[in-house]
Amino acid sequence: MANGATGIGARVKRKEDKRFITGKGKYTDDVRMENQAYAAFVRSPHAHANVKSIDKSAALAMEGVVDVLDGHQLTGDGIGNIICGWAVASKDGSPMNMGAWSALATQKVRYVGDAVAVVIADTQALARIAAEAVEVEYEELPAVVKADKALTKSAPEIHDNAPGNLIYNWEIGDAAKADAGLAAAKHITEMEITNNRVSPNPMEPRSAVATYDEAEEHYTLYTTSQNPHVARLVLSAFYNVAPEHKLRVIAPDVGGGFGAKIYIYPEEITCLWASMKTNRSVKWTSDRSEAFITDAHGRDHISTAKMGFDENGKITGFKVDTIANLGAYMSLFSSSVPTYLYATLLSGQYDIQNLHANVRAVYTNTVPVDAYRGAGRPEACYLIERMMETAAREMGMKPAELRARNFVREFPHETPVIMTYDSGDFDANLAQAEEAADVAGFPARQAEAAKRGKLRGLGYSCYIEACGIAPSAAVGGLGAGVGLWESAEVRVNPVGTIEILTGSHSHGQGHETTFAQIVAERFDLPLDNVAIVHGDTDKVQFGMGTYGSRSGAVGMSAIVKAMDKVEAKVRKIAAHQLEASEDDIVIEGGEVKVAGTDKALGWHEIGLAAYTAHNLPPEMEPGLKESAFYDPSNFTFPAGCYICEVEVDPDTGTTEVVQFTASDDFGTIINPMIVEGQVHGGLAQGIGQAMMEQVIYDDDGQLITGSYMDYTMPRAADLPFYSVHHASTVCPGNPLGMKGCGEAGAIGSPPAVINAITDAIGNNNLSMPATPQNVWNALQAVTASQAAE
Amino acid sequence: MTKVKMTVNGKAVTREVSGETLLSEFLREDLRLTGTHIGCDTSQCGACVVHIDGKAVKSCTTLAAATDGAEVTTIEGLANGDLHPMQAAFKEHHGLQCGFCTPGMIMSGVDMVNRYKAEGREVTAEAVRHELEGNICRCTGYHNIVKAVQDAATKM
Repeated sequence: MANGATGIGARVKRKEDKRFITGKGKYTDDVRMENQAYAAFVRSPHAHANVKSIDKSAALAMEGVVDVLDGHQLTGDGIGNIICGWAVASKDGSPMNMGAWSALATQKVRYVGDAVAVVIADTQALARIAAEAVEVEYEELPAVVKADKALTKSAPEIHDNAPGNLIYNWEIGDAAKADAGLAAAKHITEMEITNNRVSPNPMEPRSAVATYDEAEEHYTLYTTSQNPHVARLVLSAFYNVAPEHKLRVIAPDVGGGFGAKIYIYPEEITCLWASMKTNRSVKWTSDRSEAFITDAHGRDHISTAKMGFDENGKITGFKVDTIANLGAYMSLFSSSVPTYLYATLLSGQYDIQNLHANVRAVYTNTVPVDAYRGAGRPEACYLIERMMETAAREMGMKPAELRARNFVREFPHETPVIMTYDSGDFDANLAQAEEAADVAGFPARQAEAAKRGKLRGLGYSCYIEACGIAPSAAVGGLGAGVGLWESAEVRVNPVGTIEILTGSHSHGQGHETTFAQIVAERFDLPLDNVAIVHGDTDKVQFGMGTYGSRSGAVGMSAIVKAMDKVEAKVRKIAAHQLEASEDDIVIEGGEVKVAGTDKALGWHEIGLAAYTAHNLPPEMEPGLKESAFYDPSNFTFPAGCYICEVEVDPDTGTTEVVQFTASDDFGTIINPMIVEGQVHGGLAQGIGQAMMEQVIYDDDGQLITGSYMDYTMPRAADLPFYSVHHASTVCPGNPLGMKGCGEAGAIGSPPAVINAITDAIGNNNLSMPATPQNVWNALQAVTASQAAE
Repeated sequence: MTKVKMTVNGKAVTREVSGETLLSEFLREDLRLTGTHIGCDTSQCGACVVHIDGKAVKSCTTLAAATDGAEVTTIEGLANGDLHPMQAAFKEHHGLQCGFCTPGMIMSGVDMVNRYKAEGREVTAEAVRHELEGNICRCTGYHNIVKAVQDAATKM
């Protein structure tokens, strides 16, 4: 039933493109309800302060202001605190210290941007002017913004129930074995590694339009969400906004997410509640400045690590101590990022028997930190891959050789940090990347660059990550508050066209195309006969949404499972009508045939037969619609090798990425065009983190990088063309053999970039982002140490 | 309030606007042409780019009143019936993912190619990257956008 032009593996152009290239996309801010009012939030200008009083009178007196609402009213109406949905216990068994987070603060504000009130007005401009007129009296408190400083004795305490600002002190692996491994080592590499804080910055700012229907006591929320069903569940079960059957959440076209649109923020909660309070539709759209102070940030780890090697370069022990900054409140999945999504990947592509990691998560007076493209795995990859490259240089070995000596080559492979790698061929990815990057020709290129006064460097990164977090029972055992399966429904219409309702959500990933491809291939139908429905809790039965590169491995697997059921029924109907055995039925070319005969029914005739129900097998229910829930048996493990080549101008520290080569193992690829696009975007974000991006707070907790004038987003001229390749092994864990491709680029690329720059400048001591200033300073340190010798 | 008259996507439009109304706001809210997007508040991201009298302009930093008498083209009015070659090239080369920056990218791309053609300059990859300085994309890593603009240049 191969469907070469449009099936699995075909570079099908996207079905969804036309509306986007003609300006007909429908994003949340494009929605306009009748009787719509606008929300503007009154936000704390202080990083840490007690709220003494709120004077709303001037704002309320303005014509066109509908109401001004505060946190006392919100909590008084029973709206619950925002919660973190993954319970991570400390190593002493005590539960994590989760501080209370009200959508509108009542007693205390804990970061610049913390909302204390909301103005509802007839126009957006008026709402914003009136918000300025709300007078809040604050009593300022000392603030702390750095994770390590938050743990010091003199640091101010941010939440009463988190002594010393410690959320948890967690560990994984065997400390005694790791110590013994290090003690037995011939060489130890020791590094302090910072993973810089970044802001996800999807180009569409967050937005919400909430409507309360008084007669039905029903709410509708349009929102910029990666997971509308999760939003409904949390809004209903934890925030008590409305019971689930009285709340419809629609995430229409969403302009990028990268993790930042997983969470249910104070603004959506407040808009829903305010629509009930005012009996108006309430719309809020963030501007970019507001996004910088409200969208969850990413990364922000400080680590020290020791890796020991024997005389053959085999890793004997690896020990990591990490402090993770979770910001002022615990966002929805924040606790899992520096633990189960980070430390569990610290074995990398390597056979490491003795491994231990300790992670302390802390509160600071900054925007909450949660998952950002890669979520924990980029932090793990950056740490290991900088360690490996540095260790190779210290031991005088080729970085690729040191890695290869430690590669895992037998699968399944159980790591000491609870992962079971199911498949992979790390040598193949390394070889493919080295050939594509022409590593052999590097010395000549380096010599040529030197003639032009440029320092040319080469850096590797051999990454492994984990996608499609599962199975649900296992993640539940680790503290997750939700299951991580996916659901799908396959509806074959009476005319034979097909609608796929999926719990995955596309916000740039091209699901309307790739999901249709697997259906077109399976039933050998034209792609145009298949439509994908997603993003509306009234249409799709349930779904866990799209993050963690799960839509292929988990979302598509649910569709396959539902298609299995549809196919079984189609076979039964055809066998009955054509008087043949089910085993002899083949589905091909728009027909359902009896193999080896000229007996056939059109695909549409099967659809019609199912719905007319005039001639179905005895006891068969009419209709042709099946649903399925798919819960994976394991994580999937995308892996690969990235090689970055840079040129540094020693006079200015300016660095250019002159070549970036990727060899990825994503398992089965449905649409190479789309997968390559995912890699390109991930690489851009990873290179951005490595060279340009940095969220900066001053010591008082004021955000310095609060706009695109200050936060350096990568532009077209900052980035190269990418050389993207695939060397795949099939994932044994799901029916299509898929591993996931959405985050790999952002996970694997930062260490490759920094390894290349440190190679060029001859100094391993360089932190992200490698701005011209940082690179220049690192170069001066080399010059100074040479002068001292 | 000021009375403004302009041509938007070939149609004459007359409206009363307040002096501080931005063109982006006027297009999105008054005319409901929501293909023009707002991605920032510092005139950096370029999601709002439209053409005023044939030139690419950021509509978020243009007052509606200042465009009185002008001919404005938005993403919705770029093509006559079929897709504009720039639109077609973005689809062909997978030059978009979430689609939010895309209208601005396309409008900037068209303007760039028109200028380069008029001046007889070659639309190199380097030139495209330089010209897109005022348009930010977070999804594509620009690789396919650059290819799309270069390809469209051969067809415009």
